[in-house]
Amino acid sequence: MVVGNAESMKSDLLSSLSIRWIKLKTKQQEVLIRVSILCLVYILAFISRLFSVLRYESMIHEFDPYFNYRTTLFLTQKGFYEFWNWFDSESWYPLGRIIGGTLYPGLMVTAALLYWSLRFLRFAVHIREVCVLTAPFFASNTTLVAYFFGKEIWDSGAGLVAAALIAICPGYISRSVAGSYDNEGVAIFALLLTFYLFVRAVNTGSLAWALASAFGYFYMVSAWGGYVFIINLIPLYVLVLLLTGRYSMRLYVAYNSMYVLGMLLAMQIRFVGFQHVQSGEHMAAMGVFFLMQVFYLLDWVKHLLSDTKLFQAFLRVTVTCAVGVGVIALGVGTASGYISPWTGRFYSLLDPTYAKDHIPIIASVSEHQPTAWSSFMFDFHILLFLFPAGLYFCFKRLSDATIFIVMYGLTSMYFAGVMVRLILVATPAVCLISAIAVSATIKNLTYLLRTKRKVSQTGSTEGINGAKASSKALLDRSQPFQKNSAIALLFGAFYLLSKYATHCNWVTSEAYSSPSIVLAARGAHGDRVIFDDYREAYFWLRQNTPQDAKVMSWWDYGYQITAMGNRTVIVDNNTWNNTHIATVGRAMSSYEDEAYEIMRSLDVDYVLVVFGGVTGYSSDDINKFLWMVRIGGGVFPVIKEPHYLVNGEYRVDKGASPKMLNCLMYKLSYYRFGELMTEYGKPPGYDRARGVEIGNKDVKLEYLEEAFTTSNWIVRIYKVKPPNNRW
Amino acid sequence: MARSTGKDAHALFHALRSAYPATPTNLKIIDLYVGFSVFTALTQVAYMAIVGFPFNSFLSGVLSCIGTAILALLRIQVNKENKEFKDLAAERAFVDFVLCNLVLHLVIMNFLG
Repeated sequence: MVVGNAESMKSDLLSSLSIRWIKLKTKQQEVLIRVSILCLVYILAFISRLFSVLRYESMIHEFDPYFNYRTTLFLTQKGFYEFWNWFDSESWYPLGRIIGGTLYPGLMVTAALLYWSLRFLRFAVHIREVCVLTAPFFASNTTLVAYFFGKEIWDSGAGLVAAALIAICPGYISRSVAGSYDNEGVAIFALLLTFYLFVRAVNTGSLAWALASAFGYFYMVSAWGGYVFIINLIPLYVLVLLLTGRYSMRLYVAYNSMYVLGMLLAMQIRFVGFQHVQSGEHMAAMGVFFLMQVFYLLDWVKHLLSDTKLFQAFLRVTVTCAVGVGVIALGVGTASGYISPWTGRFYSLLDPTYAKDHIPIIASVSEHQPTAWSSFMFDFHILLFLFPAGLYFCFKRLSDATIFIVMYGLTSMYFAGVMVRLILVATPAVCLISAIAVSATIKNLTYLLRTKRKVSQTGSTEGINGAKASSKALLDRSQPFQKNSAIALLFGAFYLLSKYATHCNWVTSEAYSSPSIVLAARGAHGDRVIFDDYREAYFWLRQNTPQDAKVMSWWDYGYQITAMGNRTVIVDNNTWNNTHIATVGRAMSSYEDEAYEIMRSLDVDYVLVVFGGVTGYSSDDINKFLWMVRIGGGVFPVIKEPHYLVNGEYRVDKGASPKMLNCLMYKLSYYRFGELMTEYGKPPGYDRARGVEIGNKDVKLEYLEEAFTTSNWIVRIYKVKPPNNRW
Repeated sequence: MARSTGKDAHALFHALRSAYPATPTNLKIIDLYVGFSVFTALTQVAYMAIVGFPFNSFLSGVLSCIGTAILALLRIQVNKENKEFKDLAAERAFVDFVLCNLVLHLVIMNFLG
C-alpha cells in the first residue's frame, strides 16, 4: 500500500521536477529519510541540553553529582580494584562510609570507560568534561532506543516520532542536562533499553534477545535504585498476559531466561546483594516465576493427555496445590522476617502519607513531594492529552507489545503522580504512547490526502480492485470537504508539534539549565549578576584550613564540601545514618553552649551555614531549619518543634519564640547582620528572603568565631574555638 | 469425593505414563539433563539446611542448577511440535543455548567467591 503510493509519488516527482539525481529506488529513499531524521534527532537531543555550559561554564551541577564526580575521579586515578573496595573516612566523621559497597557503580564506570577510550584515541580530555557531557550523550542514545522500541510496538513512523519527542521532552531534560552528572542520566537509557529488549524477546521468543535484556537489566541495576520498577513491572506484565490468556512459549522462554540471568547478574552489585531473594520488593518476580512453571506444566500435561476430563481434574488439583504452596511460603517468609518488608523509600510510593509521619528525612526532600498539575503540564505539554489518544490506539490493536507499553504508561503515570521525581520514569512511556497517537493520526490524514491525489490522476494509478472502487466512489462524493479538512488537520498537528518544540526549548532554557551552585539574577539595570558564593566558600575552605579539619553543616552540602573543599564532613547527602544527622540537627537547634558540647564530641573544627538574607536566596538554612528541628526531634525528644514556633507560625522577627532567637542556627546566620543595610528604605537587619526585620540583632558568639563570609553573605563559615585553658 | 479423585489420579498417572514414551529421543535426553540438574539443586538445598554456610555460594550453586534446568528452554525451541518455533533453525537455538550457558557460568564463577 505504502510502496504503491510512493511509486506514484516518485513518478510524479521525476516527471514534474525532473531532478535527475534522486534516481534512488523507493526503499533507499525511505531509508535515507529515516537515517537522516534519526541523525538530526540525535544531534538535537545532545545540543538542546547544553544551555548551562554555554551560559556559565562546564561544571557539575547540584549536590549529588559532586559525589559521583568525586568517585569517578577516584576510579580513574586509582583503578577499579581500589574503587570497588573503597572505605572513605572523609565523610560521616567519625563513622566513615563504605563507598565500594553502598553505591551504584554504573554511572562512574560508564564515564570512566568513556574517558579511557577517549584517552586511548589520544584525545586529552579532563575527566570533568566527560562527566559533564555523559548525560546528554546518553540522552541521544535514548532517542535511538526509543526509535527501535516504537518500531517494535507500532511501526517505524511511530518510532521516529517517539525519538523526536523524547529528544526534547522537558521531563527527561530536567535530569539530564549537561552538568547533571547523576544516576538518572544513564538509568533512563538502561530502563528503556531493558524494556525494548524484553519486548523484543517476547515477540521473537529467542534466547539471544532475552540474554540481551538480562544484560540491559544488569546495567540498570548497576546504575540506579529505581531498578525495582523494572523487576516489578515485568512480572506484572507477565501476569497480565497470563490472565488475558496470552500465555505462549515465547513468553516462557523470554521471562525465565531474563529472570534467572538478570537476577544472578544483579546480585553481583554489592549494594544490591541478596535482595533479589530476600527483599519483599522483589518477591513479585519470584512469584510469577513459579507461576510460569505451573503454567508450563499444565500446558505440557494438556499436550500429553488426550482426555479433557482427566485434564480438568488435574488442573483443579494443581492449581489449588500451587496457590496453597505459594501462600504458605510467602506467609512463612514474611512472618519469620526472612523476607524483609518494603523499605521506606518504596513503601511511601504506595502509601504517600507514610513518610511524613514516620521518616522525616524522606519527606523533607523537595523532589519527593506529590506532583502538582502544573508540573505535569510543564513537563509534558501536549503529550498530556496525546497520551489518552495513544492509549486508545493501543487498545485498538492489542498485541503483546502494546499491552506492555500500556501497562508501563499507566503504572509510571501513577507513580509520577505520587512523587515529582518520578515524572522522569514516566517520560519514555508518555513519549512512546503519544508518538503512536501522532503517527497513527497523521498516517490516516495523509492517506486521505494521498487517495485524493490518486483518484484525481486516473492515468498513473495501479491495482484498483473492487473495494477500492467503492471507497473511491464514497470519496468522490465527499471529495472537497474531506481533502480540505485533512489539510486543515495536518496543519493543526504541525502547529501543535511546533508549539511543543518551542515550549520544550523555553523550559529547558529557563527552568532546567541552572547549575544550582552558581546563582544568577538580574541587576538593577538588567545586567546579569552572578553569585559564585558557594565555590568561593569551598575554595576558601580548601586553601585556608588544615588538612584534617572537620566541617559541620547540614547534609545538603556534604558532597560539595568533600568534592570541592576536600575536607572531612560530619554528614552528607547519602543520609544513611539518621541518628548522625539528628545529632547535627540537634546541635543546630540548641543554645550555643549545648551545641558546643555536641560539637566538641564530634571533633568539629568549622561550621558552615547558608544564609540568603542579603540576596533574597530562599533555599537557605533558615528556611530548612524546621526540618532540622523535626529530624533532630525524631531521635532526641528534648528538641520539640513547638518551641520554635509562635502560634504554629514560623517567624524570625521580634515576635519569634525566644528559643528560636537564641539557637545556634539563628546566631550563626544573623551574626553581624543587624548592622547591615540590605535594601533601600528598610531598617538595618532586614532579611530579604523572609521579608521581615530580624528579632535579635545583637548576636554575640561565645564559643565560635567568624572565619569567613562570602561576598554576598550566602555562605558563612565559623571556627569552633578550642576549650579555654584551665588553671 | 476422595474415591473419585483417587480414581482420577490413577487414570491420570496411567495416561501420562502411556503418552510420555511417544516423545522423541533427543527431547528425552534433554529431559534427563533437566531432571539431573533439579536433583543436584535439591541436594544442595538439603546440604545447606544441614551445614548452613556461605550464602552466596549456596545461591550460586542453586541458581546454577535452576539456570541449567531453565536453559532446557532449548527443548522448547527444538521441539518440532511447537508451532511458534518452526522457523527457528536448530543450530541457532543451540548457539543461543551455549551463549546463555556461558554467561550463566561466568556469573556463577564470579559469585562463588
